[in-house]
Amino acid sequence: MKKIPILLTAFGLSSCSAWVFAEADAERGAASAAMCMACHQADGGGMNIAGGESWPRLAGLSATYISKQLHDYKSGARSNASMIPFASMLDEQQIEDVAAYYASLPATQGKGSEGADEATLNRGQQLAERGDWSAYIVSCKSCHGSDSQGAGGDFPGISGQHAGYIEAQLQAWKAGNRKNDTQDLMGSIARRMSDDDIHAVAVWLASQSPAGN
Amino acid sequence: MIRTLSYAALSGTLLLSVNASAKDTTTQQYIDTLTELGYPAPKGNELVHIPPTMEDLESAKLHPELKRVIRRGYDLFTNTQQLRGENVFNNMNCSSCHLGEGRMPFSAPVWPAAVTLPNFRGKNDHVNNLEERIAGCFTYSMNGKPPEYGSDNMLAISAYHQWLAKGVAMYPEQPIYGRGFPAPDRPEELSYARGEAAFEEKCSVCHGNYGEGLRVGSETVFPATWGDMSNNWGAGIVRIFTAAGFIKNNMPLGQPNSLSDQESWDIAYYMSNQERPQDPRYTGDVAETLKNTEARFHKHSMYGQTRETDGHVLGDHRNTGEKPFLKPDSIRSRTFE
Repeated sequence: MKKIPILLTAFGLSSCSAWVFAEADAERGAASAAMCMACHQADGGGMNIAGGESWPRLAGLSATYISKQLHDYKSGARSNASMIPFASMLDEQQIEDVAAYYASLPATQGKGSEGADEATLNRGQQLAERGDWSAYIVSCKSCHGSDSQGAGGDFPGISGQHAGYIEAQLQAWKAGNRKNDTQDLMGSIARRMSDDDIHAVAVWLASQSPAGN
Repeated sequence: MIRTLSYAALSGTLLLSVNASAKDTTTQQYIDTLTELGYPAPKGNELVHIPPTMEDLESAKLHPELKRVIRRGYDLFTNTQQLRGENVFNNMNCSSCHLGEGRMPFSAPVWPAAVTLPNFRGKNDHVNNLEERIAGCFTYSMNGKPPEYGSDNMLAISAYHQWLAKGVAMYPEQPIYGRGFPAPDRPEELSYARGEAAFEEKCSVCHGNYGEGLRVGSETVFPATWGDMSNNWGAGIVRIFTAAGFIKNNMPLGQPNSLSDQESWDIAYYMSNQERPQDPRYTGDVAETLKNTEARFHKHSMYGQTRETDGHVLGDHRNTGEKPFLKPDSIRSRTFE
């Protein structure tokens, strides 16, 4: 865990003082999360919106990961017009509490794979489980863990996430609009993926189980 | 027909080609992808082989039962942890080091073993076949005990190697493009402190601050780079030049050739200064073991040397990690007498 204070310093936040708060409390987090529910829903399941901005499922994601994203919205390291005002309303304690709250909720199933054709799903499965080394696209599972259900606080569960959200994020990485990943690990892969590949892996992941995050 | 130099260089691998120009284009695209990633283009007459994929296997004209066995070999190669406690006693999969399912050049692609063995091997000073070479990986890199020669699992893993070599002539005379983990030139000085700092900055997000890697449930996501869950002192990658070559060509994952030569060597040096399970060739005495193995192996590692930061003599212990024995019985010398 040595690196976390360093990370916070890098994003212009206080380093040590950030950790002098009370332990994260999911129940307190539920109260702060009231303002999140309009988009992320009462069960934390978010919503897949075809052709629009999909809202990610937060339920069952790693608390460390959610906390980092909220910090990044506040600092400007991650940009999103909808999220920045809400994240900015949360103080350090509230961020930890909200993160703990969503992490404690049971993961819900992603949407957006309905009606996908078999060839698309097969390609998506290949990319997620084996990658395509002919284009140096490493598999999702090589960082996001077996079944892509998440590995530690840096690599979130993406299995069972909404297709619209995954596709938008990969496109954002590809275009350079999202770059708050450690060492550009996601960006360097996303830039090698075609639009079809991004779509294929997004719908396949959405069709998979989110359990175990 | 005017043949370019590269075509001439490649022709040796394309003898079975029915459409040489289409294959030539495919091979050129393959090389272009690699050079864009920072890898060197093939030199002179180097043999370029594009190993077939598991998708290719489905459409290949092979007996269905053989396809089933090759699939099993692939499954064992990419999820070797299914043999944990039986043949594997650390967190490694074959594919932890041989990236791209054993197909990637500059990541010790495994198909060359299928076309260059049996051959004399300096490491154990006798002629080895493919099974014995694979047994070496289990003994050292997996800190384990090889599946028995001729067993279903050994045959399946061998079959996967041979499938990847499909179409390459046996005992090729040309040098093989991207074989092993080619090391960059060794810088004048290696630094433990710089290696430690670079490891923390570039490697620890996945491999942890203490080289412990990361597991989720019973599966390895990121392998341990040292310690009980990593390869033992006899694995090829404890040699600093091999580790430097692996790192430079393959790490961080998805960003090959992004580290400088100095960083790659410093990180490799730092890693070789950490402890790991005992070398199965251990005689009971680290100095004696070093003497026996120095010329052909440990002169390239820190085994038996004193660590500059605290005076610890590396490898001076009887720890075999999770493995309840030192050396598998099947590892023996051969004289062919």
